[in-house]
Amino acid sequence: MPTPLTRNLIVNGRRRKVSVPDDAEPLLYVLREQCDQRGPRFGCGVSQCGACTVIVNGTVTRSCVTDLNTVPDGASIQTLDGIGTEQRPHPLQQAFVDQQAGQCAFCINAMVMGALGWIESRIAEGNRAVPSRQEITDYLSGAAPGSTLNYLCRCGTHTRIVEAIHSGAAQMVRERVKR
Amino acid sequence: MSAAELSRRGFLKGAGSLAVGFALVPALGLRDVAVAAPSGKGPKGSGPGHDRQLRVDPVTHAGADDAWLILTPGTTTIYSARVELGTGVQTALTQIVLEELRLGLRGVNFVQGDTILTPSASTTGSKSIQDGGPLLRQAAATAYQALLGLAAEDLRVAPNQLRAQDGEFVVIGSKRRVSYDHLLGKAHLLLTSDAMAPVVAPSNYRIVGQPVSRADLPGKAHATFAFVSDVVVPDMLHGRVIRPTGRNSTFSSITPDSLARAQAIPGFVKVVQRGNFVGVVATSEYAASVAAAPATGIVVEWEPGPALAPQETLDAALRDPDNHYLDYTDQNVGDFATAFAGAQRQLTAQYFSPFQMHGAMGASCAVADVRAKPDPVTGVQATIWSGTQNVYGLRGVLAALLFGSADDVEKVYVRYEEGSGCYGHNGADDVSADAALLSQAVGRPVRVQWTRQDENGWEPLGEAASHDLEAGITGGEIVAWHHRLYALTANSRPGANNPGTVLAGTLMGFLPNDLPNNSHDSSGRNSPVTYDFANVLTDAKLVRSFNTDPASPAKATAPLTYRFLRTTALRSLGGFSNSFANESFLDEIAHATGRDPLRLRLDSLSTDARAHAVVAALEPYWDKRPAGGHGIGAGIAFHQYEVAFTYVAAYVEVRVDPARGVIKVDRVVVAHDCGLVINPDGLRNQIEGNVIQGVSRALKEQVTYGPVNGTAHTGVTSVVWETSSFHPGPQYSVVRFDEVPKIEVILINRPDQPAWGAGEPTIGTIGGAIGNAVFAATGRRIRQLPMTPDVFLAAPTE
Repeated sequence: MPTPLTRNLIVNGRRRKVSVPDDAEPLLYVLREQCDQRGPRFGCGVSQCGACTVIVNGTVTRSCVTDLNTVPDGASIQTLDGIGTEQRPHPLQQAFVDQQAGQCAFCINAMVMGALGWIESRIAEGNRAVPSRQEITDYLSGAAPGSTLNYLCRCGTHTRIVEAIHSGAAQMVRERVKR
Repeated sequence: MSAAELSRRGFLKGAGSLAVGFALVPALGLRDVAVAAPSGKGPKGSGPGHDRQLRVDPVTHAGADDAWLILTPGTTTIYSARVELGTGVQTALTQIVLEELRLGLRGVNFVQGDTILTPSASTTGSKSIQDGGPLLRQAAATAYQALLGLAAEDLRVAPNQLRAQDGEFVVIGSKRRVSYDHLLGKAHLLLTSDAMAPVVAPSNYRIVGQPVSRADLPGKAHATFAFVSDVVVPDMLHGRVIRPTGRNSTFSSITPDSLARAQAIPGFVKVVQRGNFVGVVATSEYAASVAAAPATGIVVEWEPGPALAPQETLDAALRDPDNHYLDYTDQNVGDFATAFAGAQRQLTAQYFSPFQMHGAMGASCAVADVRAKPDPVTGVQATIWSGTQNVYGLRGVLAALLFGSADDVEKVYVRYEEGSGCYGHNGADDVSADAALLSQAVGRPVRVQWTRQDENGWEPLGEAASHDLEAGITGGEIVAWHHRLYALTANSRPGANNPGTVLAGTLMGFLPNDLPNNSHDSSGRNSPVTYDFANVLTDAKLVRSFNTDPASPAKATAPLTYRFLRTTALRSLGGFSNSFANESFLDEIAHATGRDPLRLRLDSLSTDARAHAVVAALEPYWDKRPAGGHGIGAGIAFHQYEVAFTYVAAYVEVRVDPARGVIKVDRVVVAHDCGLVINPDGLRNQIEGNVIQGVSRALKEQVTYGPVNGTAHTGVTSVVWETSSFHPGPQYSVVRFDEVPKIEVILINRPDQPAWGAGEPTIGTIGGAIGNAVFAATGRRIRQLPMTPDVFLAAPTE
């Protein structure tokens, strides 16, 4: 029999108490159905495209294969819905708009959230270099040190996505140096 | 005159182009319908029902209450038959409207693809700007003329004394002015679009031709935009479908133990089975997924059906006369047979492309709300939120599927909600029918989210194709050219109000539409060439996708038995494979006759200056190309979309590891002439997308099918993006970030020419250009897609 589970999550800074009748329910569904999040999207359900990407306690996470029972109580979760607004966009969101880095743009949740977690962790490790286009390409191809996650775009917006992450990362680094 | 006494449509038929003071039928309950809309969408208060507005309707009405354009004080709303599929047409169409209205750059509401509110048209074939743009331009020009008349009356001057800019009219040479909003606040105009209304001269364009930012991107980047998968309606349940194990498999039973197991799942609502259509409904997406999974929910037993033509011998099967139902000649210039026989030299080659997928990043999704009886006010009984390319086509099909009669279309309300990019007819219509059936069965709204395995396994595919190419050469000149195509259909879109045109319908036993009686501009798209060869024959053997009636060979027989996988429109349809064959073969001829491939094309395009110009634009790159050999080489290809519209030439540089057979595309330069450029940045984005998807399809993409998990069932087996230890089956592999080339785009803008489409033209040039570059790099001629290492290593060398 399935095991019910209640978790206290912090989604984009807001406390959310979520309950599922089966603790194996993926985080993706919990975020979409119980927390009203639109950023994490169902793409493949098997961690191969990135559409469902969120950040859990600072770690880039494919929410489609993350059972709720593996998410610690009190976990802090960031989603595309919460990292900025159109009035006060996150530098990566601003960069995606500036570079017009979207066609259907269904996938860009993946690249924004994946890049955000990746760049934040670089900065946290003291690496304040803006990642090169090659490093970004490697990261998004699952060929960067420490990440084998691949990110897929079907419309062919790849070149603009890499540019957007490059300029968004530069802004993130600038803001960090200012602090 | 009371509104109730007069049907608005009847009034319009009898009216001139301008009617002042006419009261609209109050909303037909449309506001109630709109309330159910997901947030952030819908008419946003500018729809029918406002008592002060300027409204322009199409001359011919398709829907109940369709419009092109409604202006109220402070608000402009476009009602677009053409929908935003992620290609930026919303922004480009808006630019056209703002230009004609002289409104300046301002926000415009965009209501799209709605069987109550918008006119009828499908969003296909790179035609939104080309065909939809002029219609909206005329509607806006009609509105502008009406505003001009109002302004002249208000300011008591002749219209030619007025100048309009940024939403106001100014009397020339004075400070007297009046705003559109002031005029609209007093007016109530109902117009039909006037085809003769004067339009802005291209030399005066201020908004058209500018790289305006996409209207939809900020919402998408901030997750405020609602895709169809984000649609939530009150009381909504979640459904999943359970497809047969194989393509021709039939329903046998649901094992009782597994049904009991599913019923015990918290949130389980119902199992629905109608013929071979099986689905489950639950209160959450997760519960539905558990109930639909054989390991945890219901187990459906399927009876294997006849096998599909094996993939290993697909090329031979396409060429097998037993699989042909019709011969078709597309183009016949001069006398090919005589010229070929009399030529000094004959060259022949065979080409082949596999089945390929649309492969939307978001698996198909739809929401349906089918009630027990029609709403007493609106008459609507079924509302479907769908990513379809044709809301009206789907409406008829669903009316027949749900209510047994296509005459019941008024009971069905289909409203477009954007899905992830579709690149043609993908699973969007099929999932809409799934949701509608499940909703009807449970009497509550149901959202159906396909899994990746549903999508890859059952979406309608781009067709496999075989090609015979023949050329006669005399004195180094091509005197005879023949392209024979072995063609599966590229057109099985929902239509003719036939429930058998959606997957759920065929699974319930309905038959698909008759197979087409030609391949012109569908699977045969761009099999004809633009080159001015003297004797040209383009013909096709049309291949039956399923068993058909011997007496009427285009007609399916019951029970429907597929011989090949279901195929339909995938970006550029047959153009991708046909141009690959044509452009590769032309390269073969160039090399066989010692002619320069680029100059051979220039010489063969001497009668079409625009065609000549796009090839000539690549000359500087071509002349500096790598010498060829040692695994590095360059190639070019050209085609004119549909042999009638946008001109494209592509230059490609590749790097090949000849030992491993791995091809890497390093650089692509595209020269592109689609006439008037509406939005150069949006256009570049589309061209870049065509290049990258073209690289993916040329090098990587191939649907694999055959026995499923070692059973007697045959079906698609490439149901994941990547083979892994968790998913050991075949993969449908698409391009990764580190496989994307450097892309340069040369736009040839022709403001004095009509604006043609750009969503598909470029992709057709990519396969040929890559193949030709590989030949230059290695001396191997690739005549088969995708150009995987195995294919490369098996390819003939010169």
